[in-house]
Amino acid sequence: MPLESYLILSALLFTIGVVGVLIRRNAIIIFMCIELMLNAANLAFVAISRSLGEASGQVFVIFVMAVAAAEVAIGLAIIVSVFKHRQTINVDEVNSLKG
Amino acid sequence: MENFPLVLVLSSIIKIVIIVHLLIIGVMIMIWAERRVSGWMQDRLGPNRVGPQGLLQPIADGLKFMFKEDIIPDHVDKPLYVLAPAMLLVPALIVVAVVPFGSSITLFGNEIPLQIADVNIGILYILAITSLGVYGVVLGAWASNNKYSLLGGLRSSAQMISYELTLGLAIIGVLMLTNTVGDNSALSLRVIAESQGSHLWHWNFLIHFPAFLAFTTAMFAETNRLPFDLAEAEQELVAGYHTEYSSMKFAMFFMAEYMNMIVGSAVVVTLFLGGWHFFGLENVGGPVWSGLISFGIFFVKTAIFLFVFIWVRWTLPRFRYDQLMNLGWKFLLPVALSSIVVTGTLWITTDGNRLWIGIGNMVSAFIVVSIVAGLLVMNKAPEPAIPDSDRQITPSALDAIE
Amino acid sequence: MNPEQILFILFGAVSLIGAIAVISFRHPIYSALSLIVTFFAQAGLFVLLGAHFVAAVQIIVYAGAIMVLFLFVIMLLNLGTLSAKGAISGKLKGFAVILGILLAIEGVYIAVKAINDPAVASAETATESVNTTTYTIGELLFNEYLLPFEVTSLILLAALIGVIVLVKRESQAENEVQ
Repeated sequence: MPLESYLILSALLFTIGVVGVLIRRNAIIIFMCIELMLNAANLAFVAISRSLGEASGQVFVIFVMAVAAAEVAIGLAIIVSVFKHRQTINVDEVNSLKG
Repeated sequence: MENFPLVLVLSSIIKIVIIVHLLIIGVMIMIWAERRVSGWMQDRLGPNRVGPQGLLQPIADGLKFMFKEDIIPDHVDKPLYVLAPAMLLVPALIVVAVVPFGSSITLFGNEIPLQIADVNIGILYILAITSLGVYGVVLGAWASNNKYSLLGGLRSSAQMISYELTLGLAIIGVLMLTNTVGDNSALSLRVIAESQGSHLWHWNFLIHFPAFLAFTTAMFAETNRLPFDLAEAEQELVAGYHTEYSSMKFAMFFMAEYMNMIVGSAVVVTLFLGGWHFFGLENVGGPVWSGLISFGIFFVKTAIFLFVFIWVRWTLPRFRYDQLMNLGWKFLLPVALSSIVVTGTLWITTDGNRLWIGIGNMVSAFIVVSIVAGLLVMNKAPEPAIPDSDRQITPSALDAIE
Repeated sequence: MNPEQILFILFGAVSLIGAIAVISFRHPIYSALSLIVTFFAQAGLFVLLGAHFVAAVQIIVYAGAIMVLFLFVIMLLNLGTLSAKGAISGKLKGFAVILGILLAIEGVYIAVKAINDPAVASAETATESVNTTTYTIGELLFNEYLLPFEVTSLILLAALIGVIVLVKRESQAENEVQ
């Protein structure tokens, strides 16, 4: 398959992630959409790495995954503690800085 | 991809059919063996009425499961409830694809390796697929819409994530010594099994003894077997995640557990116990016989390890939840990590001398466990973790505390 | 059509359908499951691209660890009952979708444009099918990218400490209330 088709697929996946962040108000689903966007970027990395014939792109994917894992751990901890304070994880209702 | 030889396709299909059937028959034998062996260990008989020695009991059980009414309770989340048993069974079945269960058979001039697929990331494939087993448990628990099931699912997901780390880290020492620089298939299970050689003292379990123990323990936890069966602890959670399941759906959960045991034993045999090697016996006979003998050796080793599974079940009581987490995070994980560091360091400094690496691993694991145990004892709170009301009101206990 | 094209269309379609399902299911558990399906399809695409190691790591990290954490939190907070309320209004949703379509057009344009760039195009024809092995990736990771690798470990450490602090403060606050 040409590089083009992989990049188009990656762009579409990224777009779906962005739309998800815009239309959903549930913090967990917004979080999942961010993961989706990171994955779309990973796909582009691997596709370009293959077409350039070197493995650097794949190394970057591994870095992205490590950062994503750290981000998920922190993010979910924040969601859990927000839920304990407010009994909601709707991002529109969590609008004041004071707990 | 364009020129698939016919022999490869045919032999692969035959191997898949044989292995899947062996697994299912193995599950039946395990169900029989578990009940008979537990009977023997508890000084009673166990099922012995159906067929000779009760050997046909699993068939009777299976027929009973099939003819029972398949109840889907009203309050469940139906799509996930139906999906969950399959999500547990399918990973258990497909893991076996990369396990080498013998050397190779030469038929009509074609060498057929006794393995369904020799993938160059074999061990990662196993880790990836076994980590999916947790979804069956978690989704079944959640879809049942029952608080006992949900508790079982929560426990199970936390347990599996914790022990998966140990499972992955304990292998790294083995991979380090198997690897030769520039070798592209160092993660293949066949290469790992072949590199161990015929003799007991070359097998990985002696060189990496602490990692072997950590891996085995983590595998017990991953298969949800006693002493780690907190996901389905009968005395606390009715039956945990499969409380609401009946008929064949329950049987699928049951089969998946036994399949995981069989595959797990096969993986341990491959990684640590020398695979199909046994003092050169695997080379006896012609091109066909040596393959079959190697398969037999592998089969016997796996069977012995499965016996250990049953043995442990009737020897150790179930862990409490905090003990489970302590064991996983404070003992097994540091031991696995220290085994990586020590193996790597000694590999460089002693130029790959297996004896020194083995001794170093033992010593470091002993030191790590003593340090952790010492810290735990020093930091222990004066009162017990779960307040024990009886102990607080009896005068003698009060005296003891004062 | 050769097998690679068929597999690409299959995995691509599955990952797109899964991604759309993530943002359209009402219940977070179903969204999480759709996301797992998407990750699987992407692992398939990585295998097609010859990146076996990345495919395995994708399943181990995303499907095996991250999504289990998501499911754990959804189950722990029992979010199913809360998810129905609070979706945004239809007009805003339409606006968001239009913006999304614009973004998609832009992305596709960039993708096509990048191919026509002479530097990329020449490199592509030079080496078409390279199977990167674990060995290659390890060599790169521990030589050329050693510093980023160490920095990643710091990020993970920071995340670890952050989570512990977040959870610790929570339990102390609860004790004070009691």
